[in-house]
Amino acid sequence: MRKVLMAAVAGAMAAGAPAMAQETLKVGFVATFSGPNAALGEHLLQGFQVGVDHAGGKLGGLPTEILKEDDQLKPDVGVQVVRKLIDRDRVNVVAGVVFSNVMMAIHKPLTESKTPMISANAGPSPIAGKLCSPYFFAASWQNDQSHEAVGQHLQTKGVKRVYLMAPNYQAGRDGLAGFKRYFKGEVLGEVYTAVNQPDYSAELAQVRAAKPEAVYVFYPGGMGVNFVKQYAQAGLNKDFPLYSAFTVDASTLPAQGEAAVGTFTAAFWTADLDNAASKRFVADYRKKYGSTPSTFAAQAYDAARLLDAAIRGAGGKVSDREALAAAIKTAKFESVRGPFRFNTNNFPIHNFYLVETVKAADGSLEQVNRGVVFKDHADSYVGDCAMK
Amino acid sequence: MPRAALWAILLAMAVLLPFAADLAGQGYYVGFATRVAIFAIAALSLDLILGYGGLVSLGHAAFLGIGAYSVGIWTSHGVTAAPVHWATALAAGGLFALVTGLIALRTAGVAFIMITLAFAQMLFFLAVSLKAYGGDDGLTLWDAARLGPLDLSDDRTLYWVAIAWLVLFLLLGRHLVASRFGLVLQGARSNERRMRALGFDIRRHRLLAYVLSGMAASIAGCLLAHMTDFVSPAYMSWQRSGELVVMVLLGGIGTLHGAILGAAVLLILEEVLAGLTQHWMLILGAILVAMALVARRGLHGLLAALRGRR
Amino acid sequence: MDPILLLTQALNGLQLGVMLFLMAAGLTLVFGIMGLINLAHGSLYMAGAYAMAAVFAWSGSFLAGLAAAVAAAALLGVAIEMAALRLLYRRDHLDQVLATFGLILFFNELARIIWGPAAIFVTVPAALSHTVEILPGAPYPAYRLVVIAAGVAVAAGLYLLIARTRLGMLIRAGASNRTMVSALGVDIGRLYTAVFALGAGLAALAGAMAGPILSVEPGMGEPVLILTLVVIVVGGIGSIRGAFAAALLIGFVDTIGRAFLPALLRDLLAPSAANAVGPALASMLIYLTMAVVLAIRPQGLFAARTG
Repeated sequence: MRKVLMAAVAGAMAAGAPAMAQETLKVGFVATFSGPNAALGEHLLQGFQVGVDHAGGKLGGLPTEILKEDDQLKPDVGVQVVRKLIDRDRVNVVAGVVFSNVMMAIHKPLTESKTPMISANAGPSPIAGKLCSPYFFAASWQNDQSHEAVGQHLQTKGVKRVYLMAPNYQAGRDGLAGFKRYFKGEVLGEVYTAVNQPDYSAELAQVRAAKPEAVYVFYPGGMGVNFVKQYAQAGLNKDFPLYSAFTVDASTLPAQGEAAVGTFTAAFWTADLDNAASKRFVADYRKKYGSTPSTFAAQAYDAARLLDAAIRGAGGKVSDREALAAAIKTAKFESVRGPFRFNTNNFPIHNFYLVETVKAADGSLEQVNRGVVFKDHADSYVGDCAMK
Repeated sequence: MPRAALWAILLAMAVLLPFAADLAGQGYYVGFATRVAIFAIAALSLDLILGYGGLVSLGHAAFLGIGAYSVGIWTSHGVTAAPVHWATALAAGGLFALVTGLIALRTAGVAFIMITLAFAQMLFFLAVSLKAYGGDDGLTLWDAARLGPLDLSDDRTLYWVAIAWLVLFLLLGRHLVASRFGLVLQGARSNERRMRALGFDIRRHRLLAYVLSGMAASIAGCLLAHMTDFVSPAYMSWQRSGELVVMVLLGGIGTLHGAILGAAVLLILEEVLAGLTQHWMLILGAILVAMALVARRGLHGLLAALRGRR
Repeated sequence: MDPILLLTQALNGLQLGVMLFLMAAGLTLVFGIMGLINLAHGSLYMAGAYAMAAVFAWSGSFLAGLAAAVAAAALLGVAIEMAALRLLYRRDHLDQVLATFGLILFFNELARIIWGPAAIFVTVPAALSHTVEILPGAPYPAYRLVVIAAGVAVAAGLYLLIARTRLGMLIRAGASNRTMVSALGVDIGRLYTAVFALGAGLAALAGAMAGPILSVEPGMGEPVLILTLVVIVVGGIGSIRGAFAAALLIGFVDTIGRAFLPALLRDLLAPSAANAVGPALASMLIYLTMAVVLAIRPQGLFAARTG
C-alpha cells in the first residue's frame, strides 16, 4: 500500500549541511481517495505537493517520503491505515484527512502514539474542545467557523428572517448551531434532510412558502451540487439570496455552473487574496495542475508549509515526536491566508471573508473576496480545552 | 485424518502468527489478522442463515452496528467490562433479530433481501441522529475495554480474544448445522413444502437461526469497536452488508469455513490491490465477476473441484 | 393546509415517482422474465447520465444527448448481457448478486478513470430553464414538468408495447411461463437480449433526464438502485403495473413525508424532540412503508402471477 510519491535524491546533499547523520522525513498522508468523494482527497494531495515543491522537495531540508493512504471514507479503515503508518512504516507525522468522522476515529491512535497530526481539512468540535491534544494541529479551521462568519455577516447586514437547511448529521447540526451563535434574527425554518439525499424539491417548495429574506445552507460535496442546481432551477435564487458554507467551492463549482452565481459563502481564504504567499501558491498550482486551487488545496499547502517551518525549528530532528509537536506549535510560516497563529487548542486564529461567486468577463466562474467578516477569529470550543 | 491435520495446521498458523509478525518486525499484521477474524465471525454468522437457511440478508451489518454501539454506549458511561458489553450486544442483537425476523420471515427471496435492508437502513438513520452518542461523526472510546485483568486495547490480547470467539462460533456452528435443527433448516432450503408436510414449523426454525446469527454478528460488532476504539453509523451502511454477502459468496456458501476463507481473501485482496493501484476497485470488481462466472460455490467449490481431480 | 403548496408537493412526488418508474420498469422486467437480479442496473443509469453529459456538452443539443444516452446504455446493456449475465440466468440468485456487485465496483471505477472523481457539469437546456406558473403564485421548474410528461409518456408507451405488440406478447408470455415460450420455437436468447436492452435504455433515460437535476458523479447509481429495489419489491416483483403503482406511492410518501412530517411532529411533540425525531423519521419513511407493505402482503401490491 505504500506509494512513494517523492523520494528526494539524497546525493544532492547541500554543501553547507552539517556532517551529522541526516534523518529522513516520513509523512503519512491519509485522505479519501476512492468513492464519490475522492475529488476532495485529490485536492488535498495536490495542494500538499505544491507545498513540498516549494521546499525543494525536502520539507525542512530533509529527504521527504510521502506515504499515501486511502481511508475509503470508512472510520475503521482509517484506523487500520493509521496503525499501519505508525507501527509498520514508522512515520514521523500524519497529514491530510477530509472527513470529520475519520478524524475522530484516528484521533485516539495518533494521540496515544504521540504522532503529530496536521489536519488539512477536518476540524471537528470535540478535538477543538474536550479532546484537544498537544499532537493535533489544524492547518484548516474549526468546522463551525465558516458558519459563524456567515451568521455574523447576515446579522451585520440587518437581515431579520432566515431559513436554514443542512443534512441530518452532527456536522450539519453543529453548522446551523454555529450560524445561530452569531445570527440573532428570526429563524423561519430549520430543516434537516437525509444524508446524501439527491432531490430537494419538497424542501424547496417549503422555502418558497416561508418567504425568508435569506436562505442559509450547508451541503458539502455532491449534495451541494444537487442543492444549488435545484435551487436555481426552482427560480428561488431570484427571490431569496442563497448563503452557504462548504457548499460552493472550487471542487463543486465546475459541476454547479451558473446556478452558483450570486450565492455567498464565507471562507478563511480565496484565490484572489492579496498576499505574496497566496499569489505564489495560486500561480504555481495553476502551472502544475492547470486550474485554480480550491480551499482544500490551500489548506493542505499550508499544512506542508507549516511542517516545513516546524522541522527547521526543531533542527531537523523529526524522530523526537514531542520536540516536533512543540516545534509545530511555535512554527512561523507565511500562510496563504495572511495572519495565522495557533490558539491554545492548536486551532488557528485567523480572518474570515465574505465570498461571492460571480461570472467573470471571460465567462468563467470565480469566487471573489468581498471583504473581512471576522478579524482574528477564534473558535468557540477553545474554552473546553484544558491545554494552556 | 487429512482433514484433522488441515485444521491442526490452520490453528497452529493462527497461534504462531503473532510471534512470526514480531520476528519479522511487522506487528501491524497482528491487527490486520484481528480484522480478518472479526469479519470472519460476521461472515460465518451470515452463512448460517444464507448458506444453510437460504435467507439472503442485505442488512447483516446492522448487527455489527448493534454490537459496536453496545460497546460505545456502555464505555461512554464509564462501564469498560467487556463481558457487560458482550452480554448487552447478545441481548440487543437477539432482540432486534427477533422483532425484525418476525416480520421479515413472512417474506422470502428478493423481498427478504429488501426487507432486511430496510430494517438495517432504519437503524442506520437512527444512529446518525443519535446526537448524544456522536451521531454521524461517531464516538471515540477513550477507555479500553477490560476482560478481567486483560486490557483489550492491546493488539495481541484482542487478537487472541477474536480468535477464541471465532473458534467458538465455528465449533458451535458445526454442531448446530449437524444437529436435527440444522438438518431441518437445510431441508427447508431445498424443499420447504416437504419439510412442512413432515410437520416441522419452518418459520420457527428460521427465526431461531436468524436470532442466533444476529447474536454472533453482534459479537463481531463488539470486537470491531474494541479494535478501532471507535463507533460510527458507517459500520452498518448497506455497502457493508453487501461486503459481508460478498465474503460469504466468495468463500463458498453453506460451509462455514468458506465464510472465513472469503473474509480473509476479500480483505487481503483489498489490501494488496490498493497497494498496486489507485483504481483497485476496477480489478476487484472484475475478479468478483469472474468468480461468479467460473467458480460455482465460491473458492471452497473451486478448491474442492481441484482436489476432486486427484 | 396551503393548497398551492400541496399542489407543488404533489407535482414533486409525481416527478420522483415517474423517474423511479423508468428505473423500476427495466429492473422488474429483467427479473420477471429472466429471473435475474441485476444490481448493476444503477450502473446503466449512471452510464446514461455520463453519455448525456458528454454528448450534450459536445453537440450542444439536449435531445441528441438523450438519444445518445439511451443508445449507448442499450448497447452497453447488450454487451454486458452477452458477455456475462447470459451465463447466469440458470444459476443461483446468489451468483447473480456476486457478479452484478462486481460490475458495480467495475463501472464506478471505470467512470472515475474516464471522467475523473469529481461531479461533472450538466445544465438544463436553455429552452426549459425558466419556471412556469402552474397557479398564480406557484412557479414550478419547466424542466421538471417536461420530465413528468416524458415519464408518463414512456409509461403509456410501455403499456402499449406490452399490451399490443408481438414483442410485448412474448414478454408477457415469458414472464408467466419461460419454458413454454421457448418450446413454441421463440428464440429465447434474442428475446432476453431485447428485454435487457429495453431495460437498460429506460434506466439510461432516467439517468440522462436526472443529469441536469442531480450531480453526475461515480457511484450516483447506488442510491437510486436502492430506491428502485424498494419500488419493485413493494410493487410485486415482475409486475410492470405494480412497479408503476409502487413508484408513485414511494414518490408521494417520500415527498409528502419530507415536506410535512417534521411540521406535523412539531405540533405533536416538544420542539426539541420533534427536531430530533422528525428528520430521522422522514428518512426512514419509505423503508417503513416497505416494511408495512411486505408485512401485510409479502408478495407485494401486484404480484406477478408466477415467480
